[in-house]
Amino acid sequence: MSTAFHSNPAAAQAANKAAAEDQRKMHVVVVGHVDHGKSTFVGRLLNDTDSLPNGKIEQVRKNCAAEGMEFEYAFLLDALIEEQEQNITIDTTRIFFRTQQRAYAIIDAPGHKEFLKNMVTGAASASAALLLIDAKEGVMDQSRRHAFLLSLLGVKQLVVLVNKMDLVEHSQATYEKIRTEYAAFLKSLGLTAVHFIPIAAKHGENIVQRSAKMPWWTGPTVTEALDAFRHEDDLTGLPLRLPVSDIYRFDHRRIVAGRVEAGAIRPGDELIFQPGGRRSTVRTFEDWPGPSREVVGTGGSASVTLSEQIFVERGQVAAHPSNQPRVGREFRARIFWLGKEPLVPNKTYKLRLLTQNVEAVIAKIEKITDASTLESIQANSVPRDSICEVIVRTTRPVAFDLHHECAITGRFALEEAGRIHGGGIILDARKEQDVREGKVTAAERSARSGHAPAVLWFTGLSGSGKSTIAELVERRLFDAGRQVFRVDGDDLRTALNRDLGFSAADRAESVRRASAVAGLFANAGHISLVTLIAPLAADRAKARAALSNHAFIEVFVDAPLDVCEQRDVKGLYAKARRGEIAEFTGISSPYEAPESPEVHIRTDKLTTDQAVDLVLDALDKVLRSKAEDWEV
Amino acid sequence: MSRNAQNDHLTRLEQTSIHVFREAFANFRSVCMPWSMGKDSNVLIWLARKAFCGKIPFPLLHIDTTYEFPEMYEFREKAKVIHGIDLIVRVNEDAIRRGIGYATHDPVTVTHELKTVPFKAAIDEFKWDALVTGIRRDEDPTRAKERWFSPRSAEGNWDYKDQPPEFWGQFASSAPEGGHVRVQPLLEWTELDIWEYIRRENIPNPTLYFARNGKRFRSLGCHPITHPVDSPASNIDEVIEELKLTKISERAGRAQDHVGRNSMQELRAKGFM
Repeated sequence: MSTAFHSNPAAAQAANKAAAEDQRKMHVVVVGHVDHGKSTFVGRLLNDTDSLPNGKIEQVRKNCAAEGMEFEYAFLLDALIEEQEQNITIDTTRIFFRTQQRAYAIIDAPGHKEFLKNMVTGAASASAALLLIDAKEGVMDQSRRHAFLLSLLGVKQLVVLVNKMDLVEHSQATYEKIRTEYAAFLKSLGLTAVHFIPIAAKHGENIVQRSAKMPWWTGPTVTEALDAFRHEDDLTGLPLRLPVSDIYRFDHRRIVAGRVEAGAIRPGDELIFQPGGRRSTVRTFEDWPGPSREVVGTGGSASVTLSEQIFVERGQVAAHPSNQPRVGREFRARIFWLGKEPLVPNKTYKLRLLTQNVEAVIAKIEKITDASTLESIQANSVPRDSICEVIVRTTRPVAFDLHHECAITGRFALEEAGRIHGGGIILDARKEQDVREGKVTAAERSARSGHAPAVLWFTGLSGSGKSTIAELVERRLFDAGRQVFRVDGDDLRTALNRDLGFSAADRAESVRRASAVAGLFANAGHISLVTLIAPLAADRAKARAALSNHAFIEVFVDAPLDVCEQRDVKGLYAKARRGEIAEFTGISSPYEAPESPEVHIRTDKLTTDQAVDLVLDALDKVLRSKAEDWEV
Repeated sequence: MSRNAQNDHLTRLEQTSIHVFREAFANFRSVCMPWSMGKDSNVLIWLARKAFCGKIPFPLLHIDTTYEFPEMYEFREKAKVIHGIDLIVRVNEDAIRRGIGYATHDPVTVTHELKTVPFKAAIDEFKWDALVTGIRRDEDPTRAKERWFSPRSAEGNWDYKDQPPEFWGQFASSAPEGGHVRVQPLLEWTELDIWEYIRRENIPNPTLYFARNGKRFRSLGCHPITHPVDSPASNIDEVIEELKLTKISERAGRAQDHVGRNSMQELRAKGFM
């Protein structure tokens, strides 16, 4: 069966004439209690706006006749076999149609209770909602629950359709009764319906054509009401929020990629990246095929290069320093929960806020609300399809806004085992209140640093560039808010290793001590950077083994001996050549190059920045994988 | 406002698709983009180049049924160079040896053997966990139910009755064990949007889409089962004008869709795009 809903001739001709026609498609969600006529309504709407492909309705009529069923407009949409068998819509079906005013994507959201997650999917992308109520049955569970969700999802434009008026003899009294009752309910949610329109979807009354049977109705038809909806507010006037999706280093450029979620960004703008608080300036946009834009507004995907190279990673939010998001680990939120398993306190979930992805627990459930009655439920866990107010605590700081300040950065999704099970809006920020007792665990230290510890072990000839690179790596990590400390071989020699010389045994002992010191810093939650020639593979293997409970990254800083000797920053090679230093690595003592280091840097071939990026990339990968193991 | 800052309908679609590409690349270990060389596929290439600042950082895959129009093979080689594509080509040689073909078999069988089977084999071979497809919601009712990120099981099956919720720009971030996620940046586009974008951006496409002797192709597949439609539209402007007026569905010329009442759904549940 092949169906595509295309524009209709009349509308297209009108569109050609009216160049001012609104090109933006408006997304409208259709919700309401099961069997209150949503699919029938949408089928009828498509038919009456002449938006069905040729022969479609005849084909469905024929199929119905073949199966001995009465034709229904709902069948136009219920294209999948299973749906026809169950007679309910399974999933958010998007259908495109067009009035003389503009194009629409209509979302036929299901009303059956267990399919709430699909309604959420549909409604979250809609700018306006049509909610159907059966005139005969009146306001039901789902009528209320759906309105609650609409309010939570931020759908503000709502028209209520009082359907099946033909079954109540087109009675104005029945209509008024439903309107009064439901308007009061909406008011308690802070919602207002623009209109309550009496319709009979099955017969096309008050959809496109005005109904002769309800002369008392002087308000708009459904299409008139649709055309009066406005697109969601343009957020370009808000403060800039640019969450980083990725850093691209496909060529010589280092590009920060992300979508502008609010505000606008221009070359020359000073940016601050949160969490972390590091600043830089937009140097260029790198649009392909060019020329690059002068400004990227809300909704635009940007490719930014920065003037000062700072450590930036996916998840951070770029803002203008004058108006930054909040940064914290604890906030109060209202959550809707769709998971099969209930939402429980002190269990670790993944919290996704824009491109941030952190572990989080529900520290406290303050209130659980039954979405259809709005009554409070007393329970220790939040059952499926209900709504609650909770305190959320994250393991790492996150950047966010309060929902009423900036909705798009004030909401998040909760994920478990790779699947999204709920969403929430941030009501207010809280100061952290740690109430833990006894021994401080490594996980707690990680939670406080915001990252797992690690050891970066730089090995290579004297003059290969170990310290230069390690210092820059330390700087970038420190500026990005990481706990980091550098354990330098030369520094150790002046204090801890004062008693050691350069014999094989002394070198082995020196490596052992350096690894012990690095281990202490890692135990304290730091990323420790060790710079040591450590010429013998066996010594390095022992260090790796001793530090096996931490992420260990061996960085081979590799430059040919002649290059190192030419650099000879400390004049040591010259001395060694003159025989003034015995057992000098590379000259009078061997250097065993690592066979499979985690990072291999040819400092004679790469720029220092490229070398630093390589190390940070490797570290980033390791820390990300370690982040999976945290517990609170 | 400068032209650069314009926020028209096509730009919105484009920018959203770029975001979907970037989220996929950031979230998945190994991404691949099947390429049919058709118009939607070519728009995808263009969008990917925009998303990644000129160069697509993952391979493309062409499942060659050996029944492509000759012009398509020429186009493939040309486009490879223009876009700097890293292309993997796969043919189900075994099925061809067994004599599977349109002369002797029905279109559903041939499509399964020559497209779906080698497609699954390539996924097994390369272990991709994300595949970028050109699915649009307006193409077919079964496609209307798709998500931006749509998980597929190890067998390639699509559990359309239990799809993850998708809201506020948060997509399914991981593939099921042994399976993959279909990433669908064109979900919100219509056929008309595609052509208007091709015109605006001047994206290379096969000329089979334009009328010769009063007939043109609206959708391209294997030549024995893909039929041209009557049309005088011989250039892109005429195609766009025609689409604004038509009520004939896009895939009307694709025979495998019309064999049984639910053949499209059966094909898709088995892993067809």
